[in-house]
Amino acid sequence: MSQPDTEAQPVSGEPEASSATTSQGKPGVNYLNATSTFASWALTLDHKRIGLMYLIGVLFMFLLGGVFALLVRTELFSPIALITPMFADTPELQADLYNKWFTTHGAIMVFLVIIPGIPAALGNFVLPLLLGAKDVAFPRLNLGSFYLWVIGAIFFTYVLFSGGIDTGWTFYTPYSAESGTAVIPALVGVFILGFSSIFTGLNFIVTIHKMRPPGMTWFKMPLFLWATYSTAVIQVLATPVLGITLLLLILERALGIGIFDPRNGGDPVLFQHFFWFYSHPAVYIMIVPPMGVVSELIATNSHKRIFGYTYIAFSSVAIAIFSFLVWGHHMFTSGQSDKMSIIFSGITFSVGIPSAIKVFNWLATMYRGALVLNTAMLYGIGFIFLFTIGGLTGLFLGVLSINLHLHDTYFVVAHFHYVMMGSGLIAFVGGLHHWWPKMTGRMFSEFWGRIACALVVIGFNVTFIPQFVMGSLGMPRRYYTYADKFEPYHQLSTVGSYIMALGFFLTAFYLIQSLISGKKAPMNPWGGNSLEWYTPSPPPTENFHDTPDATDPYDYEGLVYDPATENYSPKTQVS
Amino acid sequence: MSGEKPPQDATEDAGHGDDHGHGHSPYQAHHFDTMKQQFEAGKLGMWLFLATEVLLFGGLFCFYTIFKAADPELFEWGHHFLDKRWGATNTMVLLFSSLTMALAVREAQLGRKNRILFYLTVTFLCGAGFMGIKYIEYSKKFHEGLFPGKYFAYENVIDAEEVRDRQAEEDLLAHADLEIPPAGVVTETPKAQGLVLQPKRPPQGLARVAEEDDHGGGHGEDDASSDHPEGLKIDPSHLPAGPRPHNAHVFFSIYFCLTGLHGIHVLIGMGVMVWLMILAAKGRFGPGYFTPVDLGGLYWHLVDLIWIYLFPLLYLVE
Repeated sequence: MSQPDTEAQPVSGEPEASSATTSQGKPGVNYLNATSTFASWALTLDHKRIGLMYLIGVLFMFLLGGVFALLVRTELFSPIALITPMFADTPELQADLYNKWFTTHGAIMVFLVIIPGIPAALGNFVLPLLLGAKDVAFPRLNLGSFYLWVIGAIFFTYVLFSGGIDTGWTFYTPYSAESGTAVIPALVGVFILGFSSIFTGLNFIVTIHKMRPPGMTWFKMPLFLWATYSTAVIQVLATPVLGITLLLLILERALGIGIFDPRNGGDPVLFQHFFWFYSHPAVYIMIVPPMGVVSELIATNSHKRIFGYTYIAFSSVAIAIFSFLVWGHHMFTSGQSDKMSIIFSGITFSVGIPSAIKVFNWLATMYRGALVLNTAMLYGIGFIFLFTIGGLTGLFLGVLSINLHLHDTYFVVAHFHYVMMGSGLIAFVGGLHHWWPKMTGRMFSEFWGRIACALVVIGFNVTFIPQFVMGSLGMPRRYYTYADKFEPYHQLSTVGSYIMALGFFLTAFYLIQSLISGKKAPMNPWGGNSLEWYTPSPPPTENFHDTPDATDPYDYEGLVYDPATENYSPKTQVS
Repeated sequence: MSGEKPPQDATEDAGHGDDHGHGHSPYQAHHFDTMKQQFEAGKLGMWLFLATEVLLFGGLFCFYTIFKAADPELFEWGHHFLDKRWGATNTMVLLFSSLTMALAVREAQLGRKNRILFYLTVTFLCGAGFMGIKYIEYSKKFHEGLFPGKYFAYENVIDAEEVRDRQAEEDLLAHADLEIPPAGVVTETPKAQGLVLQPKRPPQGLARVAEEDDHGGGHGEDDASSDHPEGLKIDPSHLPAGPRPHNAHVFFSIYFCLTGLHGIHVLIGMGVMVWLMILAAKGRFGPGYFTPVDLGGLYWHLVDLIWIYLFPLLYLVE
């Protein structure tokens, strides 16, 4: 809580001086300003620049997906057509437009924002730093992944301008085989994004295996690396299956090959099996890295050794393994055999064990810690709160009998938003604040940061708690209109989404402001002890001039806060 | 398959370190501490990439298994259109190319430039030969109208819709005396039972007839038909499997997907060979640095291995 008090002090010179004395290279030269031509960014092999480019792309797509979310929520403010008549004449076209909006929102958010968000944007920047390495194992492959992401994003943009797509982000057959919208470009886009994700995962696995610094054994790694590693395994093993499934769906539309389309002798449920064989693990691609981020946020800002390190590490791996065995719980009502449903339901419950282990360990870490409630920490605490709700309602949905009632209702919508957005994106934003000084070399306004965080978390709950209620009352998902009795819930939900949007716009505002006039960031503003805090903010191009020896990432005893520089530094240097 | 390119880049990474003069090997990238670390990282990366390839094909093999389990007679019927001799020849060609690839790796480790080039060229030519034979096979099928999916036009039937209609009519006429429930003739029943794919009734009934035909000397006729593969339209009466299954086009969908995706991989492999030849001609490889050849070899062996599974599953299935 000490940062705001010192904000008023004159700061010019001091952080610069501290970074100049600790920087091994030329003072003031870092990865951002070492070279400045367009090609030096577009063709860079530096993981930090690639991570930053990813971040800009992901945030832009987040804005785009968010706009579609607001369109959907605004339309649902009333059961009568509200804003779709502005774009379409007949009721049929208006309803179809609504279908396109929620499809676009879902597809963009899942494939372009949340899946690459933490691993590719934050992970790319932080992972080699956490390892004390100069770069990821395959820098060119890394750049290739980024451009594959760009190509995928271009395909999605093309879909938007060619009339949109109305299949839902799940592309279920048979509708996706007959829909008159631009399904094939969207599928090609997702296919390419899949390869981007695979190559990022492959890169990270090799980097963590082969490039750890001297002294960093597996169980001395920061927990974010364990989470990234588990995620990378899922990315490498699950995504190719999605690739082949989408490839066959493209061929189904183009050639009518008769694998998925019942009109040609195919099996639509087979598509669901293959789709969820990827897409359930993909849910964990979206949630395990946030768990890793939160482990870092909670431990660092509690200034206390993380509780149950080994258990948190293994629970990430356990979640990765379970993720491949639960896809059938998306299909309880699809007519799959009862025996399979029972088995899938049982394994689904077991996912609750590693998830709960993490939550309890975070709480135990905070217990009697020296908590600093800065913006990142508030997001971390928000994550624990929202993830608990999201996880527990997931268990409701895993119960076979209850699932029959709640299947395809707003309860499901609310549940996965609590996990995907309330947990995934909030941890992403929290991680962004945590590493923002390291990435940009600037401090943002803690005051506005906390207000924005409160707006986002409150707005989120106002948006989605009513959806739990109306889902359990029977409001089906993906409907353009609804019975009058649901109107108050929908209106409350829409208001909540506006509050949330306000919070995010505020965040964008003060982060951009920090780039222009933010204070220079010290080397270690939060008091972390992992290796990224032992290089200047922003780091030099080579990260570290010599491969550093591993630190104990969760030993905060040796760090003292220096109010003059707002920096945490090792005790020996201060005395 | 734009996604195929980067791993080559990954192996290439090793080559871009020339401008970082740290007193190491000129091929060591700046972010690796030792050549050993770099080699091991490259190798692990390649193995992971091969794992994704196995899963990519694994999905297709899974589709194959599911459709085979649901409709064994479909595959029994369809494989007669594939020429075992061409398939066997291609198997030999690829196996031989794996040998030459392994020898190329060996020569790269020894740094004998001309021999590397020789073996890589032979490997490349084997790949080209494989694709040539594939071209012959494919054009024969296209000539006969054996296209995948709705373009399936065997026996001048225009589309899959008509195939089914005609088939339904033929079934009714030809097997009016058999006890087939009329509902079974409807071939469009969606298989909504999930993974438990129930074989449809009419093919089962037909299969019984087909099996009887089979035992009645059908095999001999089959061999006779495959003795004349020179682009002639096969007379359906030579086929032992009897009436065409209603979903005959699905067999060719699976055939073209599997062999097509494999063919694309062979083409990419040939591209890798050319790239390796260029590097070898520049004299890049020796005992200290042979990673690209090693990794290219791993990829080529996987492509070979996948064919070893494709050949029996498609050509030799009985």
